[in-house]
Amino acid sequence: MSKRLTVPKTYKLAIGGAFPRSESGRTYEVVSPKGAFLANAAQASRKDARDAVVAARAAVKGWSGATAYNRGQVLYRVAEILEGRRAQFIDEIVDQEGVSTGAASAQVDAAVDLWVWYAGWCDKYAQVTGNANPVSGPYFNISVPEPTGVVATIAPQDSALLGLVSAIAPALVTGNTVVVVASERFPLSAISLAEVLATSDVPGGVVNVLTGSPAEIAPWLASHADVNALDLSGAGGLDWVDLEIAAADTLKRVLRPGGVEPSLDRISAFTETKTVWHTKSMV
Amino acid sequence: MSFLEYAPAPESKAILRLKDSYGLFIDGEFVDGSGDSFHTISPADESRIAEISSASDEDVDRAVAAARRAHDRVWSKMSGRDRGKYLFRIARLVQERARELAVAESLDNGKPIKESRDVDVPLVASWFFYYAGWADKLDYAGLGANPRALGVAAQVIPWNFPLLMLAWKVAPALAAGNTVVLKPAETTPLTALIFAEILQQADLPAGVVNIVTGAGATGATLVRHPDVDKVAFTGSTGVGRDIAKAIAGTDKKVTLELGGKAANIVFDDAPIDQAVEGIVNGIFFNQGHVCCAGSRLLVQDSIHDEVIDRLKHRLSTLRLGDPLDKNTDIGAINSAAQLARIRELSELGEAEGAERWTADCAIPEKGFWFAPTIFTGVEASHRIARDEVFGPVLSVLTFRTPAEAIAKANNTPYGLSAGIWSDKGSRILAVADRLRAGVVWANTFNRFDPSSPFGGYKESGYGREGGRHGLTAYLKGASA
Repeated sequence: MSKRLTVPKTYKLAIGGAFPRSESGRTYEVVSPKGAFLANAAQASRKDARDAVVAARAAVKGWSGATAYNRGQVLYRVAEILEGRRAQFIDEIVDQEGVSTGAASAQVDAAVDLWVWYAGWCDKYAQVTGNANPVSGPYFNISVPEPTGVVATIAPQDSALLGLVSAIAPALVTGNTVVVVASERFPLSAISLAEVLATSDVPGGVVNVLTGSPAEIAPWLASHADVNALDLSGAGGLDWVDLEIAAADTLKRVLRPGGVEPSLDRISAFTETKTVWHTKSMV
Repeated sequence: MSFLEYAPAPESKAILRLKDSYGLFIDGEFVDGSGDSFHTISPADESRIAEISSASDEDVDRAVAAARRAHDRVWSKMSGRDRGKYLFRIARLVQERARELAVAESLDNGKPIKESRDVDVPLVASWFFYYAGWADKLDYAGLGANPRALGVAAQVIPWNFPLLMLAWKVAPALAAGNTVVLKPAETTPLTALIFAEILQQADLPAGVVNIVTGAGATGATLVRHPDVDKVAFTGSTGVGRDIAKAIAGTDKKVTLELGGKAANIVFDDAPIDQAVEGIVNGIFFNQGHVCCAGSRLLVQDSIHDEVIDRLKHRLSTLRLGDPLDKNTDIGAINSAAQLARIRELSELGEAEGAERWTADCAIPEKGFWFAPTIFTGVEASHRIARDEVFGPVLSVLTFRTPAEAIAKANNTPYGLSAGIWSDKGSRILAVADRLRAGVVWANTFNRFDPSSPFGGYKESGYGREGGRHGLTAYLKGASA
């Protein structure tokens, strides 16, 4: 009997809860480190980036308006589904990065554990970073963190899954929505992660994944007036200073290239502090 | 004499010990600047107050070098307890010289003495007092044990609250262990220079605070200086953008407090008398030269006429005139340039179809003045509903439902502050949740406190000043 013919997956973009091809019709070849063809990935265009921002903006109200407990449950659900798909992610990482199965397993495990860690922050972050302020006067005064809004993220380029998770999970904790440009060389795990998100009760549009050339897409996101923040974690290899300059036109919050180690700072980078003074009446 | 007429009660300028000319304050001493000096004038009568040095690029360089030396050799090695003691000393000296500072501020800025005396200067003292106590408690700031200072902070402040903005910048920076180079606004350098004398009285180590006066170019040089670790700026959104671009690609941390176009929302169940006072305070406090001013009044349709009638009546009782007169409610516009901008935008308001009403009050012959003005029938697309006027000009819009009020309030690129007037607490909290603004005042407006974080969303800037949040803007974690 002959060997079974496999059914290869078509990797598309993830925008607004759907998986469209690039409107440009462009694709690029994803190959293993040894040059073997793995798949054709969608090469996102400026229009795709704009569509993704529209989807992300539309999702802000629902995601930021969900209770912190609910967001925590949904993000924990992501970890559960990711865990169930370990084998798929390990295979994809082995194929794309050319690492051993052991190294790929460790990366997937770390990514799952990181989702769990950030998921648990959802209903604690405001307690840890908010304040009741003892102002001099008859006012109830409280400072609470709120999400910045739409965050455009250039994912770390040297890691198929863990880098991506490290960049987007902290932005989601407080209720931001994300447009992320995946690793150019390792885009397959990003699209598979979008499939996990789509089956984890994460509302459509909360995470939008673009594959293709970060150098091509990032400037459109950096200058987009409806993007509130720019995470340049994976932009170290780009002309990222120009991106920061473009972002300044609309005073976006910018996280410069650097490490993506788990931290409270990564959550705080995309939050705003709102302080409410509430008059106490005479009793 | 009618009941509205008062005999003049001017605060005496005799308390001032002004010098005829002031140098830059670098490394603990006043030194001549090498730029072209300029005069600071009183906006109330355009009289010359003093000659002020202008810092050249070389002067800025010397100031930054002095701050670096002071940081590396003295301030970063001093215990938090001793840093705190210096700040407590400064707070006390400000209290002791409060009257003098208030008079100088009103003279140089044009704001009513009752505001500089009762708001600005007391808040300055409280800011130093509050942050003084933080200096030896940095482990509790939320960054883990042993957080560290950033280094040298470049601070550029505006002319609307000259000494208060200095305090907002300098107090947390020093408490956290940074040293400072501060650039006061060109039109209001006076109180910063008196503050330098206070630092000498406090025996603050040389170079910990340096003050370089000058125009915008001096500030631009300062924030771009390569040996600066932190930039803190309060001013226009335009300049804020330039600074954000200038520091792109560097390791500098930045706090930007920029413009605003705050909505002051009055619901039909609001306590009207208090709301009217709050509206007046919101936009006519400090001649409307307030970044968080309640410049857009959103009033519920059903009470529009009543609120506007009462507002006009109240505004007719405000007294405009000599800033040093204790009876004065509305002082002088800070500069000829700002007056021109207020006039231009007001004329645009009329041209675009809004109805203008201006309080009937006598305008002094000399100086820069603009009577309290209301525009009714303003549409969301009008320039006076979108642009920051930064003057005593209120734009009135109406709404029918809370959802409409929220949508209109958020329909701006700014997001600094907002006000809500209603007797219904649950509605206040629900609306406050939905407003994209960094400070929300409910049944009050324009309240400030050193323990309360202040700062904007969107194009009103980023970072917070005040409170624990304002302290962490000058710190980094031990591992960073």
